[in-house]
Amino acid sequence: MADAVTDDDLIRRAIHRQAASIVAAVAPFGIVFGASAANAGLTLLHAIGFSTLVFGGSSQFAAAEILGDGGSVVSAAVAGLLLNVRSLAFGVIMAPALTGALWQRAAMSQLMIDESTAVGAAQDEARWRRYGYLVAGVGVFVVWNLTTIAGHLAFSGAGDLITDLGLDAAGPAAFLALLWPRLGQASQRRVAIAGGLIAVALVPVAPPGIPILAAMFGVAASRLPSRGGAS
Amino acid sequence: MSDATLVLIVLALGTFTLKAAGPVVLGSRALPLRLQRVVDVLPAALLAALALVSTLSDGRSLSVDARVVGLVVAGFALWRRAPFVVAILLAAAATAITRAIA
Repeated sequence: MADAVTDDDLIRRAIHRQAASIVAAVAPFGIVFGASAANAGLTLLHAIGFSTLVFGGSSQFAAAEILGDGGSVVSAAVAGLLLNVRSLAFGVIMAPALTGALWQRAAMSQLMIDESTAVGAAQDEARWRRYGYLVAGVGVFVVWNLTTIAGHLAFSGAGDLITDLGLDAAGPAAFLALLWPRLGQASQRRVAIAGGLIAVALVPVAPPGIPILAAMFGVAASRLPSRGGAS
Repeated sequence: MSDATLVLIVLALGTFTLKAAGPVVLGSRALPLRLQRVVDVLPAALLAALALVSTLSDGRSLSVDARVVGLVVAGFALWRRAPFVVAILLAAAATAITRAIA
């Protein structure tokens, strides 16, 4: 095609637009994570460590929440890991586009999150899938870490301020916001309700963190037949 | 070593293993269908548990306080398709106001 260069430019620009909007959406989450980490008693260094080395929003929130509640190391780590099991599926989706030497594949894998996979998987050709994945992944990585630092610095040592401003409700609201897009699907709704009920029922009888882990058995609800037979 | 450091190390190594398994080990093979189904719905169970437990738990007992108002308001905002940051700010504001009144 004669105008191949122009086509490439258009695709590249479209990817940049997609990545920019997704990166902007991540910024408030980063602030809330920094604040939640401070609220849970994590140091700035720990917060940065989570955002660089773990780099998975919901799992970082979960680990901070359970640690802040006095949960055990095992329950905090396992709950965090369970929330990242989906990276396995993302890896399967992205693997054909993420080729190269072993170290390159390993390095690109660290960017494997919802946002980078969403932008990458939305492209048609393998080279653009890789490009979209990398642009969104690097963008989110930089913004996520900067906003983590900002959130922690703004709210560390501000225990009273956090409750006065109602910011202790920001964590629960963030979990709900992460869950929200999934609730459109009946099987996801059933699993969410089952997981929520299991966890709440266990709070009075199990150590902190265990109710969250036990919620994983809620996935069994995805196999229940829908009411009224309409599945 | 503090608990937080230990969680950080275990979670970072485990997460990296999950992230890298596809590109490094699996290549272009697909996950078994049954595993794929579990992977698809697992986050819904945990996120719902986290939202409810972080709202309702006070250590090892259940308690209903101003955070519940915040969660309900966040849910309403999300239902009305509000952006994330708006839902969070409304939740915080509703919680703060409820506390100030109560």
